[in-house]
Amino acid sequence: MKRLVLAFSALAMVAGGAVAEPVSGGRANVVIQPEPPSLMLGLVQNGPTQMVAGNIYESLLRYDHDLNPMPSLAKSWSVSEDGKTYTFTLQDGVKWHDGTAFSAADVVFTADVFLRETHARLRASLKHVESITAPDDSTVVFQLKNPFGPFIGIFEAGTMPIVPKHIYEGTDYKKNPANNTPIGTGPFKFADWVKGSHILLTKNEAYWDEGKPYLDEIYWHVIPDANSRAVAFETGKVDVLPGGSIENFDVERISNLPNTCVTDKGWEYFGPHAFLWLNNRQGPTANKQFRQALMYAIDRNFAKEVLWNGLGNLASGPVSSSTKFYSNDVTQYDYNPDKARELVKASGYDGTPVRLLPMPYGETWLRWGEAVKQNLQEAGIKVESVATDVAGWNQKLSEWDYDIAFTYLYQYGDPALGVARTYVSTNIAKGSPWNNVGGYESTEVDNLFGEAALAVTAEERQALYNKVQSKLVDDVPVAWLLELGFPTIHRCNVKSLVNTAIGVNDGFKDAYIEK
Amino acid sequence: MSMIQFIAARLTKAVFVLIAILILNFCLIHAAPGDPAAVMAGEAGATDELFLQQLREQFGLDQPFHVQLWIYLSDVIQLDLGYSYRQQMPVADLILERLPATLLLTGAAFVISLLFGITAGVLSAANVGRWKDTLISILALIFYATPLFWVAIMAVLLFSVTLGWLPGFGYETVGSTYTGLRRALDIGAHLILPAVTLGLFFTAVYARMTRASMLEVSEMDFVKTARAKGLPRRTIQRRHILRNALLPIVTLAGLQAGQLVGGAVLTETVFAWPGIGRLMFEALAQRDYNLLLGIFFVSASMVILFNLVTDILYRVIDPRIAS
Repeated sequence: MKRLVLAFSALAMVAGGAVAEPVSGGRANVVIQPEPPSLMLGLVQNGPTQMVAGNIYESLLRYDHDLNPMPSLAKSWSVSEDGKTYTFTLQDGVKWHDGTAFSAADVVFTADVFLRETHARLRASLKHVESITAPDDSTVVFQLKNPFGPFIGIFEAGTMPIVPKHIYEGTDYKKNPANNTPIGTGPFKFADWVKGSHILLTKNEAYWDEGKPYLDEIYWHVIPDANSRAVAFETGKVDVLPGGSIENFDVERISNLPNTCVTDKGWEYFGPHAFLWLNNRQGPTANKQFRQALMYAIDRNFAKEVLWNGLGNLASGPVSSSTKFYSNDVTQYDYNPDKARELVKASGYDGTPVRLLPMPYGETWLRWGEAVKQNLQEAGIKVESVATDVAGWNQKLSEWDYDIAFTYLYQYGDPALGVARTYVSTNIAKGSPWNNVGGYESTEVDNLFGEAALAVTAEERQALYNKVQSKLVDDVPVAWLLELGFPTIHRCNVKSLVNTAIGVNDGFKDAYIEK
Repeated sequence: MSMIQFIAARLTKAVFVLIAILILNFCLIHAAPGDPAAVMAGEAGATDELFLQQLREQFGLDQPFHVQLWIYLSDVIQLDLGYSYRQQMPVADLILERLPATLLLTGAAFVISLLFGITAGVLSAANVGRWKDTLISILALIFYATPLFWVAIMAVLLFSVTLGWLPGFGYETVGSTYTGLRRALDIGAHLILPAVTLGLFFTAVYARMTRASMLEVSEMDFVKTARAKGLPRRTIQRRHILRNALLPIVTLAGLQAGQLVGGAVLTETVFAWPGIGRLMFEALAQRDYNLLLGIFFVSASMVILFNLVTDILYRVIDPRIAS
């Protein structure tokens, strides 16, 4: 017996709040920042690439705001009782942008050959896969070695973008000339890219989902200065400011312009989680009481209300509340400078200055660094701020050359994909700013994360994740700050733009402009 | 020394200077923390050993430092600026693609500042001590002292947001189907704000320099002689004073011309002008070594070239220098 998972795209659409009849035609002007290095989503997965190319390439599934799978290139799918066989039935009549027919062979090539070589994040999930086969042209079967709970969540466009076998098979992927004119199956086709100015996508007239997309074209404008991006929206040059396009202190002013709508939805899959890396190996931050003191010392409400305009939530622990298996049954750390001072004293802190590394990602982050510095000083800690640029910040984290450092990480909907990597001891290695940079080690935590990833039922997984969350929150391996809220700002007549857990990244499929 | 000998000697020197600049730049860039592979891995939000290793091999970063330097130098000597792995394009193509926009912007600013600067300076000197002189001197001081990016932002707020007269950013109206004259006008409208902003500082410098230089020359004996001969005032101003006062201005113009390629980073950023300055700034942030070195190479060549042009101009304006 198979557990059949049915999905109705119509239902998901209603959840997006679109009631009026969509109209075809029109152009969307959108800000993209920074300029993506490439639009070949199978090779490059940075933020701006995903945002533009998520409308060119597709994966088998999409996800609603609660992370439930929705059909995309797969029209239906089923998971075997033992959690080891995933069978996908593909949409009919899908064509690549160059006219070639899409088939199950493309999916097998993508997942089994192409992305195994190029996609570091997916590679980790594919370790659990025994075989990927195509019994016929419209069916793909993933046979797993063991049950792997988060598996149903890896079929998102940025995680597993399906690439054309007929273009890439047998070539040197990184040097393939087609990388400059990406070919996908998505609702929009690549049309033009004037470097430093704009990227143009045009409607895919032969799109498999009949009637869609509604827009004729999308212009992505590259505008390097945050203030100029705000001006571009004010003067009507652009209609959509994706999350993070303008400085936070401008959000309120821009939101209050006429015909302007704001939503903080569309980031659930990523669950951007801001925290401070604490160097667990050496110095004052190696002491648990000192680390707990930091949680009491930092005024996170101030950061949320003042620096982030009230958007987002305080992070209660390692898992974001938008990620699956979140638990808030953990120790609560409220802002309490007195308690922080006591704990600092109790930890035996001798007054050595700690090096604080703010994130060089723009004004908000630098100001946040100043605010935290002040909080720590009030708790009796000496702080030295270290100024650096993005490349330097990367390197300092990769080489563990810091005491306290700002960062934020995506969670990809499941603790096994985006949370465990920060805490398990097998993930300690120099050379990456995204693994267990803090150097936290606990056999108990390793085992709990290990078992939870492989457990078959959601109930078992929840029980294990509850345990690991409460253990981590007691140990404070890192100091959690905020679940970041990134507002997407758009003209109110741009409708139905944010319908999925990745928002603008695949949102133009359904978007239309009301006349 | 004849002109040809002079130029040949200078060009020979220039080659050595360029090679020295290349080596110095190469060392400086590699001394900065981080490398392009780590930056790209960082942006991907996830990485493993294999991924980094693949990138480093692709970029040639797995080679020892001196081998990397040698490979780079021998490529450049064959006029191959290398490949930008980040942008997936040859460096020369990337630079050539952006060069017209930058030259248009910096060239326009160059012309604007020379034209207005010298005119203002001459007017000022001719009316020394009167209200015209005072007004010009005050304005020149203000433009000289105000930071460029602030002027840029204020100009956008006033002329684009509040008044709506001029476009606030970009090179042309994106998505328009303008051709020919209509397109030229469109680009021109986009050019006004950034070119004027960029030109303001040098306008002020030229105005002050011209004024001071003209006043100095006008005290000289040959000017008195010209007056004694009964030449009209305008002729004295133009033929006797201005021509002799031009030398220091040529020096400065040579300096400004040297910055034609790389000197507009801030302006290009604020006005989203798709030029070299921005390309350079982004390449720096991303540690795109080949691209950054390529831009440095081009701008260093420009500086050397314009220094040479300046020296030749000296000889044309004042033949005494040659002898």
